[in-house]
Amino acid sequence: MLVGRDLTVRRGAITALQDVSLELRPGQVFGVLGPNGAGKSTLLATLSGELRPSRGQVLLQGRPLGDWADVERARCLAVLPQSSTLSFAFRVADVVAMGRLPHRTGRGADAAFVAAAMAAADARHLATRSYLELSGGERQRVHLARVLAQLWPGETGQVLMLDEPTSMLDPAHQHSILKAVRAFAAQGAAALVILHDLNLAARYCDRLLLLKDGRPIVAGPPDEVLQAEPLRAVFGLDVLVQRHPELGHPLIIAR
Amino acid sequence: MGTPVPARFLFFVLGLLLLVAIWLSLALGPLSLALGDSLAAALRLVGVPIEASGLEQAELILAQIRLPRTLLGCAAGAVLALCGVAMQGLFRNPLADPGLVGVSSGAALGAAVAIVGSTFIPALSAGWEPYLLSVFAFVGGLSVTLLVYRLGRRDGQTHVATMLLAGIALTALAGAVVGLFSYLADDRTLRSLTFWNLGSLNGASYARLWPLLLITIAVALWLPRRAKALNALLLGESEARHLGFDVERIKRELVVCTALGVGAAVAATGLIGFIGLVVPHLMRLLVGPDHRLLLPASALAGGSLLLLADVAARLVIAPAELPIGIVTALLGAPFFLYLLLRERL
Repeated sequence: MLVGRDLTVRRGAITALQDVSLELRPGQVFGVLGPNGAGKSTLLATLSGELRPSRGQVLLQGRPLGDWADVERARCLAVLPQSSTLSFAFRVADVVAMGRLPHRTGRGADAAFVAAAMAAADARHLATRSYLELSGGERQRVHLARVLAQLWPGETGQVLMLDEPTSMLDPAHQHSILKAVRAFAAQGAAALVILHDLNLAARYCDRLLLLKDGRPIVAGPPDEVLQAEPLRAVFGLDVLVQRHPELGHPLIIAR
Repeated sequence: MGTPVPARFLFFVLGLLLLVAIWLSLALGPLSLALGDSLAAALRLVGVPIEASGLEQAELILAQIRLPRTLLGCAAGAVLALCGVAMQGLFRNPLADPGLVGVSSGAALGAAVAIVGSTFIPALSAGWEPYLLSVFAFVGGLSVTLLVYRLGRRDGQTHVATMLLAGIALTALAGAVVGLFSYLADDRTLRSLTFWNLGSLNGASYARLWPLLLITIAVALWLPRRAKALNALLLGESEARHLGFDVERIKRELVVCTALGVGAAVAATGLIGFIGLVVPHLMRLLVGPDHRLLLPASALAGGSLLLLADVAARLVIAPAELPIGIVTALLGAPFFLYLLLRERL
């Protein structure tokens, strides 16, 4: 659905991203892992059209991203940034409803989509609260609900990109939110998620990409990517890789 | 943060407030008209056939002095408040002021050039001074704002933080030049310079009213069309872009809109502070931050408050009158502090 080819981003003398190619497929969750400063957010900015690559191309539904009209693109591509700077006292439901701004679906449908997206991100009980009263984790869920509402109910051809969506969440919400992302992708959208927790990536992603210094190190299903060797190479971390006793996915334990 | 007031009720109250403010502004002054007389005369002026006995004087005062002054106050208050909303949206900061982009200081500089310059070139001042002053102030405000905007641009993008700092620097620079002009000016010129910097609706005329009125109407019609974009902009520039808005274009439009609106207001009335800052802030407490409600509410409240401040300025030391900038600052600054402290708690 979204294809990035040979993406290279240079900032002055620094190469922030070098020759990264990837394909986001409908219904799948694609995870991007790497140490701080590896180029994960740069990759996301390039794939979402925010940053123009020095070389390479991004195709959304086969069309170069730059050829899309702003509103048209916003109807199929939603992006959750790492943090938001909203400092105005909107009601939570109004923040989530901003996800519907690119659409002309009418008030009734919009309200239903907003309610469904808030329920998916476990933010429905916050609907009438002021955004400024919320904790960091609650705010993160509200913005997740906003980007879900932007694409709701989700269909093939759409792309959802999330930059560390679980960074401020408690353990229970880390799981429930990633489950919600999986469930949303199951409707047909392709999802890209930047994560720091290797075990969350192992459990919820269909395919993974390991980045280091802007270069792709390994890509593939979690079983192939999450092995001791590549993880040592990328994170400089010595790990044991076991199997999850119930679910069978890789379980990474620092030595 | 309590529940915002129901919008319909609030707009009813704000509409009523504006009508009352207009009425008071028409009726009160050094020569107070009876409230009934001023109403009857006003109605006659707009063509309602009412028995006119002894209303001739009231009609004359109303038509020649009070009406242009009232409309000027309405328009200036509304456009200052609207541009305040636009700047607070652009800078994503509820405490931003339209003056941040240099429009007020640029206008002050233009005015200083006109006031002091016309004493050196007497031919200019013969009858032309009021218009010259307005034109110079308008051009000054527009040029400094566009310069601030240019300074904030890099690689095809506008950096609002850089713009903010450039605005501060150019405001200081313009202030220094105005200071230099004040130093060079003789006593009479210094006095008119000082008065201009404090703002006044005194000397309102239709010639001064029309340009501001037209620009105010344009701004009041155009800004609400960008209400949704302003809402999205509050999330952040990249968020707004991902929601499908052409953020660079909107930023440019907001700056141009403010330069025109505030520039015209300052050119017509001098520097009137705090309306652009306090009114949007106050309205946000009442209707919430949604620009679809905030913009019209701020326009109504801005017009009303400026008129009421002007009525106060006319009455406090009648038959003389205070510069209106003193009144708005005396009322606005403590109120602003109150808001700040209230939020801190």
